[in-house]
Amino acid sequence: MAIEVRVPTILRTYTSGEKNVSAAGESVSALIEDLEVNHAGIKDRLVEGGQPRRFVNIYVNDEDIRFSGGLETPLSDGDVVVILPAVAGGSR
Amino acid sequence: MLTIDQATYDAIVAHARRDHPDEACGVVAGAVGSDLPTRFIPMVNAAMSPTFYEFDSTDLLRLYQEMDDNDEVPVVVYHSHTATEAYPSRTDINLAGEPEAHYVLVSTRDGAHESGPVEFRSYRIVDGEVTEEEVTVVERY
Repeated sequence: MAIEVRVPTILRTYTSGEKNVSAAGESVSALIEDLEVNHAGIKDRLVEGGQPRRFVNIYVNDEDIRFSGGLETPLSDGDVVVILPAVAGGSR
Repeated sequence: MLTIDQATYDAIVAHARRDHPDEACGVVAGAVGSDLPTRFIPMVNAAMSPTFYEFDSTDLLRLYQEMDDNDEVPVVVYHSHTATEAYPSRTDINLAGEPEAHYVLVSTRDGAHESGPVEFRSYRIVDGEVTEEEVTVVERY
């Protein structure tokens, strides 16, 4: 099972500069575990206390996983996962 | 150094004034490797707040897909501070996710109206480290 994962610039230090990597897993959380095997350290940038980080967006086939089951969102062969850091900030 | 054309500079300032007292935000995309901001893309501040901004997650995905299709990157990521100076806050620094972008901060605290002064400053934010840079405004590239 191959899932294509698009990695944002800021996380490419974990993927040797690669923009697209392939990983496997039947859910987003399993996919992240698999990513961690080959790209040690990336998990901590995506997950905090068992939840997706507040300021990281993960999309499965263009849908934000916050609206589709979070880390338990199921995956199947050929799905595309996009990771994007939130663009956010503020004066406080 | 950030080099930006006058029309884009003006568009960022106008957007900041228009959304005052809420923070305004957006991106100026440019060709990969060019370091030239050419395509002004004002974004909706999903937080609709005077102290916080965040791109809507669906808008964010569309924006990045569009830039990808056009071989563009976010050369400038801009937002306004409406009551404080145009300097990155602790939150701005912690959340800065584009190490190759110029982070433009505009302050409308004294310039919400046409006549008032607007601070326009640019920074690199990499690994929690802020470096202010010179802004050069040109008539055209």
